[in-house]
Amino acid sequence: MQADPSGVLTGAHYLDGDKACAEGAIAAGCRFVAGYPITPSTEVAERIAERFPFIGGFFIQMEDEIASMAAILGAAWTGVKSMTVTSGPGFSLMMENIGLGVMLETPCVIVNVQRGGPSTGLPTLPGQADIMQARWGSHGDYEIIAVCPNSPQECFDLTIKAFNLSEKYRVPVFVMMDECVGHMTEKVVIPAAKEIEIEPRRYTDKKPGEYKPFEYGEDLIPPMAKAGDGHAFHVTGLTHDEKGYPVMDWVTQEKCVHRLIEKIERHTDKIILTEEENMKGAEVIVLSYGITSRVALRAIQLAEEKKINHIGRLRLQTIWPFPEKRIQELAGKVRAFVVPEMNYGQIVREVERCAAGKCRVILVPHGGGTVHKPEKILQGIEEAYQ
Amino acid sequence: MKVHEAEPATRPKRKRKIEEPIEHPLESWLRMDRIPHIWCSTCGIGTAVTCFIEAVKKTGIAREDICVVSGIGCSGRIAGYIKMDSFHTTHGRAVPFAVGLKLGNPRLKVVVFSGDGDLTAIGGNHFIHNARRNMDITVLCINNFIYAMTGGQLAPTTPPTAVATTAPYGNYENPFNLPALAASCGAVYVARWTALHVRRLTTSIAEALQKKGFSFVEIICPCTTLYARKNKLGTGLDLMRFYHDNAEICHGIDPREVDIQFQSKIKVGKFVDIEKRSYLDGYNEYMMKRLGDKFKPYGVENGKK
Repeated sequence: MQADPSGVLTGAHYLDGDKACAEGAIAAGCRFVAGYPITPSTEVAERIAERFPFIGGFFIQMEDEIASMAAILGAAWTGVKSMTVTSGPGFSLMMENIGLGVMLETPCVIVNVQRGGPSTGLPTLPGQADIMQARWGSHGDYEIIAVCPNSPQECFDLTIKAFNLSEKYRVPVFVMMDECVGHMTEKVVIPAAKEIEIEPRRYTDKKPGEYKPFEYGEDLIPPMAKAGDGHAFHVTGLTHDEKGYPVMDWVTQEKCVHRLIEKIERHTDKIILTEEENMKGAEVIVLSYGITSRVALRAIQLAEEKKINHIGRLRLQTIWPFPEKRIQELAGKVRAFVVPEMNYGQIVREVERCAAGKCRVILVPHGGGTVHKPEKILQGIEEAYQ
Repeated sequence: MKVHEAEPATRPKRKRKIEEPIEHPLESWLRMDRIPHIWCSTCGIGTAVTCFIEAVKKTGIAREDICVVSGIGCSGRIAGYIKMDSFHTTHGRAVPFAVGLKLGNPRLKVVVFSGDGDLTAIGGNHFIHNARRNMDITVLCINNFIYAMTGGQLAPTTPPTAVATTAPYGNYENPFNLPALAASCGAVYVARWTALHVRRLTTSIAEALQKKGFSFVEIICPCTTLYARKNKLGTGLDLMRFYHDNAEICHGIDPREVDIQFQSKIKVGKFVDIEKRSYLDGYNEYMMKRLGDKFKPYGVENGKK
């Protein structure tokens, strides 16, 4: 399906990542946004608030982030594509209802423009320390999808992708930006609406009375119904059967929760997006994501100036699910992974797990507040060659 | 106040044979495959559900146009038994979930069925803000003065000196006066009844459903298993008798005067019924004025199938 042209600002623009993200959401067909002001994500909500009255969307500034997250779930069940936008502390507040979104298999998008933490941390400065929170932040077991743009253009592109993934797999999807990407202004090209591929919601073709909200087929993803269509369906955050009715036993728990995990795991090959460069004959791979990938690029240039060659570059565009298979494969071929991230070691744990001792894994940590110094990543690369 | 006569001592003879299936008059409105429900005998929630369904019938609102949203607790389970699109959400968040449903599809009549703790402790912020907004939703609050599902803990509505498991020597906090809270925040319809006042409650719920903006009905309900037992108030029937003897109908009274003390008189009635621009009407009117023809009004068109 192609994008609805009414909201698409086709052309070349000079936009920051936050605004590009808002445009991506609009292009993806998002028409309901609930949010609460928080730096450095507020510009996304501001842009949406400005644009929505003219394109039939509805923006509401809720009383807090908890309410914002609950509201987008409610709206999603009426068939509207919905989104909320926040940063660290707000992301923490959303966690419980994100779990509800997972349990009710509700398509929606949550943008987290990461800042330095913990707690109030560094409101106006970047961080990448919510990576594991995105994966495990809500209680209980589940699988999630998270994309991670490294430029305003990608804020646009990957926000559309996030909506498409959320519709396809019926799961909340995170757009994990950071303050730098959110506030950096660059050229953003918005294509014609007909060139933007949109994943439509898959509705049930069952008649009222026959529809079961969690009856699934081979792909494990149940078709949806809309509130108001006469199905009189019930959904609950409790462990439930196919009818959506609560059933408190381990057999139902196994069936219900296992499918939430399996429906993502079975499709990881279709979900995962990475960008690879110079992998042929690479001895060391710099694995990075978000804004750090751009600093890593400079570090690789510096290494090459020092005649250190055969450095591969792998960038995660989706951070969750993690590209396990690819890392396992590469681990047998290279000396080391160098993993710079704006935290004290989060994705590096995944890399270590997948490398399983087959090669070295060198973390280049950074507490946030600013991006890495390229020289620091260069040191990591040099260490890999020692 | 005289509501009904006590049940006659001898029941009329059963006309049908016991094997014959007897259809409950509300069967088509309930998820019969989920009955029996989890509520204790003499609980008031079932009565509130009956009144709600009767009210819906009375208004003639199409069943598929109604969504029932609830949070957590005994009252949270209501959504699971009513045969309408229904959402059992997280603790305290039924109201913002309902806001999403309403704004996602303004054609829907969105009803929050919530307990006193769910709505006004953990969910208090959402309650006051959506009353302030005059959001187009109806909130029905089952107030049993206690957290019942979790075993009888203190609620923001527990009357002073009443005992709860987390207030074993009695409550020394000030409770909420819910009608006053709703009214002061901007609700356009505020009423309170007990589970004994089934006809008046049904009428109030019907009025609330037809009201544009934020409507609120508090339903004082007996909780025999916890509140009555902890406080030695007797059986469900004793509580109903208490309501019978102590409820005072005070239509139009200042809601600030309807606070409830331990075993005090319970003032019931319709306290607020005013006209005020509802949230969505306000949005459309304002934006139309401010932005002119370029503005795309937001309403039932947005919820078209």
